[in-house]
Amino acid sequence: MSVSKPLPHDAARLHVTGAARYVDDIPTPARCLHLAFGLSQVAAGRIKSIDLEAVRHAPGVVGVWEANDLPSDCDCSPSAHDEPMLSGKTIHYFGQPVFLVAATSYLAARKAVKAAEILFETRDAILTIDDALAAESRFEDGPRVWSKGDAGEAIDTAPHRIEGEIEMGGQEHFYLEGQTALAIPQEGGDILVHASTQHPTEIQHKVAHALHLPMHGVRVETRRMGGGFGGKESQGNALAIACAVVAAKTGRPAKMRYDRDDDFMITGKRHDFRIAYRAGFDAEGRVLGVEFVQYARCGWAQDLSLPVADRAMLHADNAYHLPAIRIESHRLRTNTQSATAFRGFGGPQGMLGIERVMDHVAHHLGTDPLAVRRANYYAAAQDVDAGGGPAPRSAQPNAPRDISGPKKDADSTTRGASPTVSQMPGAPQPDRVRAPQHQTTPYGQAVTDFILHAMTDRLERDADYTKRRETIAAWNAQSPVLKRGIALTPVKFGISFTLTHLNQAGALVHVYQDGSIAMNHGGTEMGQGLFQKVAQVAASRFGLSPEAIRITATDTAKVPNTSATAASSGSDLNGMAVKAACDTIRDRMAEHLARLYQTEPGTVRFADGHVHVGDAVLSFGEAATLCYEGRVSLSSTGFYKTPGLQWDRIKGRGRPFFYFAYGAACTEVVVDSLTGEYRILRADILHDCGTSLNPALDIGQIEGGYVQGVGWVTTEELVWDSEGRLRTHAPSTYKIPACSDRPDVFHVALWDGANREDTIYRSKAVGEPPFMLGISALMALSDAISAHGSRYPDLHAPATPERVLSAIQRVRDGD
Amino acid sequence: MRQLAITVNGEVRTADVEDRTLLVEFLREGLGLTGTHVGCDTTQCGACTVIMDGQAVKSCTVLAVMAEGAEVRTIEGLADGDRLHPLQDAFSRHHALQCGFCTPGMIMASLDVIERHGADLDAQTVRHELEGNLCRCTGYHNIVKAVLDAAGRGSPR
Repeated sequence: MSVSKPLPHDAARLHVTGAARYVDDIPTPARCLHLAFGLSQVAAGRIKSIDLEAVRHAPGVVGVWEANDLPSDCDCSPSAHDEPMLSGKTIHYFGQPVFLVAATSYLAARKAVKAAEILFETRDAILTIDDALAAESRFEDGPRVWSKGDAGEAIDTAPHRIEGEIEMGGQEHFYLEGQTALAIPQEGGDILVHASTQHPTEIQHKVAHALHLPMHGVRVETRRMGGGFGGKESQGNALAIACAVVAAKTGRPAKMRYDRDDDFMITGKRHDFRIAYRAGFDAEGRVLGVEFVQYARCGWAQDLSLPVADRAMLHADNAYHLPAIRIESHRLRTNTQSATAFRGFGGPQGMLGIERVMDHVAHHLGTDPLAVRRANYYAAAQDVDAGGGPAPRSAQPNAPRDISGPKKDADSTTRGASPTVSQMPGAPQPDRVRAPQHQTTPYGQAVTDFILHAMTDRLERDADYTKRRETIAAWNAQSPVLKRGIALTPVKFGISFTLTHLNQAGALVHVYQDGSIAMNHGGTEMGQGLFQKVAQVAASRFGLSPEAIRITATDTAKVPNTSATAASSGSDLNGMAVKAACDTIRDRMAEHLARLYQTEPGTVRFADGHVHVGDAVLSFGEAATLCYEGRVSLSSTGFYKTPGLQWDRIKGRGRPFFYFAYGAACTEVVVDSLTGEYRILRADILHDCGTSLNPALDIGQIEGGYVQGVGWVTTEELVWDSEGRLRTHAPSTYKIPACSDRPDVFHVALWDGANREDTIYRSKAVGEPPFMLGISALMALSDAISAHGSRYPDLHAPATPERVLSAIQRVRDGD
Repeated sequence: MRQLAITVNGEVRTADVEDRTLLVEFLREGLGLTGTHVGCDTTQCGACTVIMDGQAVKSCTVLAVMAEGAEVRTIEGLADGDRLHPLQDAFSRHHALQCGFCTPGMIMASLDVIERHGADLDAQTVRHELEGNLCRCTGYHNIVKAVLDAAGRGSPR
């Protein structure tokens, strides 16, 4: 069976030979126009005068559009209809598209844009969280508040208390392939759009709206993206609409690719957050009550900010059972790019809030932070092995060495501190007596699949955490300049779209008469390996190798009404939909063949590239031919919707998630106290993918997610100046991790254990959860800085060398 | 406009280009060799890396006229018919790619690294040498593995 094999990415050969086509690689159709936006040079205000004569007469220019030249408002918003493609007179952010140019070449369009003469009347821009709070500039009527128990009372009566605040920056997606779209006019006014997008249906919907077409008049095709990370969930709408408008108006194909600087200036990024916290806890670090106030800087338009901020609230607990909690969430409107989806979708910010609390509590008590984390963990699932067969072992050399021990440990019917679970000497005993059926998240979902006790035990052992922590302390004592730090942090991430109706997917499968198969589904490929995983599912259903399956581009004409490939849901949803389609065809084939061979349909087997019918063994191709000749339909759609979800986002109550995905990471760093510079020395990761559909692809997601998460909390700094101009708008100043930043020692292993829920082959989603493993790097830096004195470092993210240096100063001054 | 003759993947290609035409434009738009990608437009991400007269260059800041008479090798010229170059094979086998956008530039840069360091190549050197080629997906771990594997198997060219 091809499922669970570590097969290469489906397009690996195309990628290594340069033959894989991205939108900009599609042979440019004849007479194609190239587009560019003219951007606002102020953050807030009005256009006093605009003179585009020089633009119109620039070489190669075919057309120029301002807002009122468009066929409609050309709204680009995925939510509140508040994003006209072109600004009109009112300016909301520095970099907002003001006008559109179509020219005969890419360069001609870009050069023409520069000839515009625009006078702006500026007003005071609302740029920061403080600006927005002072001006009461926000989305929704006021803060969202969810609570469980009386947190204030619990904190006030607790033996110990801390309070503090953490700032965390945004993050530019920096997909290597910038935003791109190509629109080709079709007969009868229809439009074909090739878009680099995670959400073809959204592009279809927005283009249809812009051109007053029914959705069937717009077809969107996406073969692949050169990276998405959430940045192509809604941020590609403007380009696709612009291309479609120009194509409809001129009758010529139109292509748009943002230059990298424009991409930075125009598109939204991860939300930056400030989280203020107050916590009360006992002598062992058990949190009795905690209050969070989350401030999210959402930018000028609503975009996906409400569900992002919701997900930050939904991850304010991370892996910890918090008996009393109050979460207040402010969604602030500012004159900056409209912050948008980014891997984790608010989860990382919410999670960093509680991880900061754990770190602060441990510092306050002078305890190992890992002991505090364990003391607060949700109680272990009663049987981590329930509901699934054996999982595949990782093919990696650093694969899990011992899978049976920890699982038996976690299978604790008493739920007390299992004596077989290793404990750090002197560490407080974790509270495992709470019955899983009674433990709920702050939003009321029961946590029944909690496996982090066992995972933490194993990672602690494999990474040699306890011993290394001692070694590091001894090393630091004799090293005045360099200090090392280590941290082990967990991840529990909720899987499902929190907008329940999005949890559906469709598929279309054709078996041709020669036995070859074409497969299509609503998910998009952005490098994550979704197509290969789903092809492995299809191949397994027919007993074939994946080469028998042709994976075709995502196409709104083949599978309609799809959800974004987002929320880590791609293989969960589309894998199930494809399975349903395959099984329909398989059943029809089995029924026909059974009749031909005088046997029962239930006995027909599809295995090893053959179909076994009674005593006969047919090749799959022969079987397909027989079915075709027997006039059996060999094409089927498939559909899936996630069961059991219900969620009230206003009350903050329900079951928004089908299940949780887990992981843990241990990171060690060394910090130079003279410069604030640092290196990651070693990272050890243990991550839960359920029964992995493809261990090689999953490990790739984990490694890449971790490094991207580390980038978020360390080097990736977005800087806006006092005028609201983003100053870090190219890789010269915005630093994503480079090859040399990779940890010196990097071990990644998969946790072996089936998903307790009935997901596709009992696998778990893997796109987003590993991103938050990167938080361990920030906590390791905090640990290293702590070696300089007794005061808590109060380290903000990203912990650039400048911030690290000032934290070291604070810690020393506090002595 | 002027006429240029550049040897690309062993074949002399001539074209009329404007003086300001970049080598990457010449390759992508003039010759249809779209395996060389434009990532950042400013010579920092390395997606457009090609080999020019034996050296890795970022083709988004080389003018096509500067390549007059040169030998240019792109990702399309690496495989020997259906047989992948050892680096291509290693990137594929070691899962050293995800979205694949950086892959052609990463492979061409690695070719140059292996050429200069030969079989002595170690992980530290690979990591340092590939600093100018950004990848947003993989975390680089498998890329380093692939390069070392290809280097170890000798005859990178």
